[in-house]
Amino acid sequence: MELIFEISKPGRSATDISKSDVPVINIDDAIGKKYLRNELDLPEVAEIDLIRHYTNLSRRNFGVDLGFYPLGSCTMKYNPKVNENVAALPGFTGLHPYVDADFAQGNLQLIYEMQKYLCGIFGMAEFTLQPAAGAHGELTGVMMIKKYFEKKGLKRRVILIPDAAHGTNPASSALCGFEVMELRSNSEGGVDIEHLKSLMTEDVAALMLTNPNTLGLFERNIEQVAQIIHDQGGLLYGDGANANAFMGKTRPGDLGFDVIQLNLHKTFSTPHGGGGPGSGPVGVSKALMDFLPVPRIVKTGDNYSWSEKFPDTIGRVRSFYGNFNVIVKAYTYIRSLGAEGLKRATEMAVLNANYVKERLKPYYDLPYDRGCMHECVFSGKRQVAENGVHTTDIAKRLIDYGYHPPTIYFPLIVPEAMMVEPTETESKETLDTFCEAMIAIAREAKENPDGVKNAPQTTPVTRLDEVLAARKPDVCWKKP
Amino acid sequence: MDYCPHTQDDIKQMQAAIGVAGIDELFADIPQKFRLKQIPDIPSALSEQETVSVMSDLARKNRLPRFSMTGAGAYHHFIPAVVGHIVGRTEFYSAYTPYQAEISQGLLQAIYEYQTMIARLTGTEIANASMYDGASAMTEAAILCAKMSGKTKIIAARSVHPEYRQVLQTYCRANGYTVVELAYDPSGQIDLNALQNELDDQVAAVLVQSPNFFGIIEDISSVADAAHKKGALLVAGFTDSTSLGILRPAGAAGADFVVGEGQSFGNPLNYGGPYLGIFAAREKFMRRIPGRLVGATEDKLGRRGFVLTLQTREQHIRREKATSNICSNEALCALAAGVYLAALGKNLRKLAELNIYKTQYLKNKLLELAGWREVFSAPVYNEFVLSCPDAKKVNEKLKNVGIIGGYELQKDYPELKNSLLFCATEMISKNDMDIVTEIIK
Repeated sequence: MELIFEISKPGRSATDISKSDVPVINIDDAIGKKYLRNELDLPEVAEIDLIRHYTNLSRRNFGVDLGFYPLGSCTMKYNPKVNENVAALPGFTGLHPYVDADFAQGNLQLIYEMQKYLCGIFGMAEFTLQPAAGAHGELTGVMMIKKYFEKKGLKRRVILIPDAAHGTNPASSALCGFEVMELRSNSEGGVDIEHLKSLMTEDVAALMLTNPNTLGLFERNIEQVAQIIHDQGGLLYGDGANANAFMGKTRPGDLGFDVIQLNLHKTFSTPHGGGGPGSGPVGVSKALMDFLPVPRIVKTGDNYSWSEKFPDTIGRVRSFYGNFNVIVKAYTYIRSLGAEGLKRATEMAVLNANYVKERLKPYYDLPYDRGCMHECVFSGKRQVAENGVHTTDIAKRLIDYGYHPPTIYFPLIVPEAMMVEPTETESKETLDTFCEAMIAIAREAKENPDGVKNAPQTTPVTRLDEVLAARKPDVCWKKP
Repeated sequence: MDYCPHTQDDIKQMQAAIGVAGIDELFADIPQKFRLKQIPDIPSALSEQETVSVMSDLARKNRLPRFSMTGAGAYHHFIPAVVGHIVGRTEFYSAYTPYQAEISQGLLQAIYEYQTMIARLTGTEIANASMYDGASAMTEAAILCAKMSGKTKIIAARSVHPEYRQVLQTYCRANGYTVVELAYDPSGQIDLNALQNELDDQVAAVLVQSPNFFGIIEDISSVADAAHKKGALLVAGFTDSTSLGILRPAGAAGADFVVGEGQSFGNPLNYGGPYLGIFAAREKFMRRIPGRLVGATEDKLGRRGFVLTLQTREQHIRREKATSNICSNEALCALAAGVYLAALGKNLRKLAELNIYKTQYLKNKLLELAGWREVFSAPVYNEFVLSCPDAKKVNEKLKNVGIIGGYELQKDYPELKNSLLFCATEMISKNDMDIVTEIIK
């Protein structure tokens, strides 16, 4: 497909600009030539060509509205359309962030109530909705942990992170000046308690734990883990990316977590948008409330307003208040489902994952054969040993069958990993046909391995040369 | 409303296949004492119709103004119809990050085009696929300069957006970096003498914004020269990206990083988010910059295709050694920006010119009022600062008739008493501006 620059023609335009109703002035004089640009190299296309260009691009893109998207750790659940409609209401899209509180009572009430709902769902004392994504939330949480110890006059330098953790965990810790120490997992897929005991000292600020972890397994020893950390005065951070596994069944606050971050674009059904925007709320226990970012909502009677009067805050982590329009969609989702609906979502998500696990385990290695939660992890080891068919090949072949592949090569502790997270919005029929496709591919890997290795065959492009892309990076088009 | 397709029959069959008698068995790993009966504090479920009704009521509790003269980091611009239609396509918005390139060529190509347009607009060679917002983009550029040089001092002009400086302070505090704030001079531009005095060999980066928070256009070349002479890098920011349609880009004037807010390109005000962090840089920093990058390459048949590239910078590969922790970005907002820029094309300049005409008109009208004075003398784009007898009263009068006035500067700049920052975009009419002076009189 041609680039928008390649279909441009000088003199064309896809939008016009109104004539000025105020006097036209000489800009060279008003501003000065030295501050003005000489050229403006942007596409020149007619509206019809612009629309065709992007519409055709969209037809080369796979979204969850097209088919099954079992990406482990991403919770690609269906994005309800009513959320999109509501979020487009002018009342929600039209306000400047700096309007007086009187103009924005609806928005402020929404944010206030959202914080309250999240406290109830997750058992935390207070939430901030400021962070723009999960990783941003992690950073915010780690900054608060740092301040907590600073306020006590302590300087703890280390954060413990399990080997199965998502890359953002160590990256966020490092971005905050902490040293990361890796915690081993045991043979059951949980935290190695003895290793934890040996690592836990008074130099450790926190353990960053994902529960259930990236293997989709609930930490059976959570009470002991929390105790080991707390006994040494440390804090327990919860990566809430897998919250879809426990809504209405248990709460991180009750399990002993002091701070957690969530991903609204995962658990709360807001669209992934091709990589964003997301939203990463952070919840804290009472002990950390004072450190939350400002501004914070205060309610006086029936009136809501912003306040910065929190002297121990870590400050701001972004401009304005958060990805508000994303929060509107998540709020709508929570109102729509209610407590029962959120619990049912979790129950069906876990049911679906276990069902897929049972159907596929005769064909693919299952490193941890115990009840999983909302996602399960397979290994392509068997297929590699048999005919050199790798997980990457299986993933690419699944594309030919009309599916988005599961998450591959994560978590790092499982070789040739395939992480499958169906989510609750998929029917039994979808799961069955997916499993049949996976089973067919397992057979192909035995009988026709080259067919799998050459996949995908049905897409606009074949596998792409990533080595070339990295060796000779071309990230900005240059006219030939 | 329930989005689970499961019938009672489905559940029975699936439970049988798994070998459990009931759903609760699937949650056996949760210790008894921590099992929840019911989530507290959530209102009862609603039907789809009720959902729309409740949410519409909530939206109605907001009041949309007749028009607004506040910019200060978020701008009311006209969004062409094509933008909404393209970003509303579910093939784009219900898609994940394009890690599986073969089925994501649509988004990857659109972002490659966006990166190209941004690089050209900013006068640089590379732009990433987005950061969270202007504040975090500027902050991550500053942190990167510190990391690359090993120096720990950052100089930030006071005329950089107050919230951007607050975010910078938050991140720097966490890393032990020092931020020194630099004064502006009577013209409204950064005080170059003060800058020369503050610059030493411990400074990693100088942060300046143009147009700055007061709407003033900075002399980027001079700032760049001063910074580079002392071995510091220059991070130049902006908050209204439409300014790039007419002003000489900071990249052409010597900036090493050009960062800022892209909300003006096709994204609604949305009460502050989601917005769009634009991050552009000189080519030599390509392997160090944060965020996702789309690169062009070939498939097995030699056809052009696109992939996420240089991923070894990112968290999922380098973990604690990554250049940033950013994972999810503002991709759909970047798509909106790309469509906006493709739609306007060279008319972006005409749009910027229109903003300038409106701004000059508003400024002249307000200066007709008794006791109103210009605070700064340097040229502006679409925002300006005026002092008046009683700033609070002005905004009260306007608010009473549903008009949002200027941004009161005193809380962020105590020395600027009774001073208001006004913005006039293409969205404000001559009539609107005439009414304003009548009301304030």
